[in-house]
Amino acid sequence: MSLLVVKGLQVQYGGIRAVQGIDFAVSAGECVALIGANGAGKSSTLKALSGLVSVAGGTIHFDQMLLNSLPAFERARKGLVMVPEGRGIFANLRVDENMQMGAYARSDRDAVQRDAQHLLRVFPRLAERQDQLAGTLSGGEQQMLAMARALMSRPRLLLLDEPSMGLAPQMVTQIFSVIRTLIEQGMTLLLVEQNARLALQISHRAYVMESGRITLAESADVLRDDPRVRQAYLGEPAN
Amino acid sequence: MTSHATNPRAWLGLLLIAVALIALPFALSMAGTAWVRIANLALLYVLLALGLNIVVGFAGLLDLGYIAFYAVGAYVYALLASPHFGLHLPFWIILPIGALLAALCGVVLGTPTLKLRGDYLAIVTLGFGEIIRIVLNNLSQPINLTNGPQGLARIDAFQLGPVHFAKRDVIFGIEITGPMKYYWLLLLLLMATLVLVVRLQNSRIGRAWEAIREDEIAARAMGIHTTAIKLLAFAIGASIGGLAGGVFAAVQGFVSPESFVLVESVMVVAMVVLGGMGNIPGVVFGALLLALVPELLRYSVEPLQQWMFGRAVVAPEVLRMLIFGFALVLVMRWRPAGLIPTLIRTRMVAQPSSTK
Repeated sequence: MSLLVVKGLQVQYGGIRAVQGIDFAVSAGECVALIGANGAGKSSTLKALSGLVSVAGGTIHFDQMLLNSLPAFERARKGLVMVPEGRGIFANLRVDENMQMGAYARSDRDAVQRDAQHLLRVFPRLAERQDQLAGTLSGGEQQMLAMARALMSRPRLLLLDEPSMGLAPQMVTQIFSVIRTLIEQGMTLLLVEQNARLALQISHRAYVMESGRITLAESADVLRDDPRVRQAYLGEPAN
Repeated sequence: MTSHATNPRAWLGLLLIAVALIALPFALSMAGTAWVRIANLALLYVLLALGLNIVVGFAGLLDLGYIAFYAVGAYVYALLASPHFGLHLPFWIILPIGALLAALCGVVLGTPTLKLRGDYLAIVTLGFGEIIRIVLNNLSQPINLTNGPQGLARIDAFQLGPVHFAKRDVIFGIEITGPMKYYWLLLLLLMATLVLVVRLQNSRIGRAWEAIREDEIAARAMGIHTTAIKLLAFAIGASIGGLAGGVFAAVQGFVSPESFVLVESVMVVAMVVLGGMGNIPGVVFGALLLALVPELLRYSVEPLQQWMFGRAVVAPEVLRMLIFGFALVLVMRWRPAGLIPTLIRTRMVAQPSSTK
């Protein structure tokens, strides 16, 4: 049984149907990517999963529980945690305070401190800047902080929205190497990414979204060699 | 706070401040009982500013109708302890009722408006403040509940056992006036409120408010029940306003809708912003400053003109507000984060050089 099962999901903004009935699933320990062009409905899908926008149709089951009308904060407490697009760090709080905020819903203080120590080893850059205000970090460091903060809540499924967005290439490499480590450690991930090449390199499976629908669903290896994907998303000329 | 406990010098300092604060009304009454009354009003404003700071400073929700909660507290006291209904309940029963009712009003205001932020929330709260005032103004018909614009007079003073707050006592040859008793009571209330807000700020709830202020969506993603936590800010802030309102009614002995106009709300917001949003010492300082400086100007503007020109050229009231407004502009120009900004804000200014 998959950890996350989505059936016929629809998202609407006024009259615009951003997501038009999609089915997909994520099993425990899997990294699944959702790729596609701007406006394909990837971020809307993630927002519907995390409860930031309401579902216009279909069902979302997380660990066999229907999520459709559960408020966002309850979903986060159930372990469905999103790293929002644009990161959403608390700019006027220090780096360590930001991380503690991630453990807001947890009451096991000792374990929280151990997790914080562990994550500072995973993200050495954050360790160096622990008592700096988060707003003074660079974009890439903020992305790291947003991920570390989300991990502080011990998520069962981590939703990553465009982790490479607006970052220098070197920083993107660093972020993705951390994501790869997370996958190796058994973290379940749903990754929304415009950078299809990177996404297909690290994920097990991927779904391709176009205009609110899923048009391809394959293992990442197969999609990497698919001529349609190569042409549309990996920047190769049609031949 | 605990770090001070080990330091005897800090204790001595606190003791001296406490003695000075307790002895202050004696010094003030030498200049006239009016000054003790002014000190009492200033303390009421400090209470209001601390209450509003929970909403504006901690949770980051701009409330332009805060004085409505003050009005609720004041009218609850006035109705339950005056000849209007012939009720004369003791103040220690009415004050909690007023605080609770104000908190309820806070929840009533908060529930439908929680989805709004920034400017939109400010406009709705402004409307709420006006609604309360207009209701108080018009609820003299069909049943005379509030006595309309005439207000409610002959409100009971506080009475605790043999201590009657409206009468003067002479103990060991020292004259204790009514306003002095209110002063000490307000000082006690202020201390209790200070303990409450400091503890709130450093609590789990305080951190949740901080997160909501910074980024509400991220706060929700952290598992914070943002709706409930924001309502809590409204309710706690409102209950402090309601409490202050009850004391206000007793101190004045008279309430009317005139006391709860929009300018009063704006004044309390100005106190919070001027002192330093979210920073408790800053807010206390801002409230004292804005409450006392206009009074000082009231007493100095006319004599100064007499001395300079031989007559009063500009009406004191006009000049007072002019100087006052100009000072506000200057402060905001040179200290935009408030006179005593929060540590975070000063850190932010100091940080960029050390990151390189």
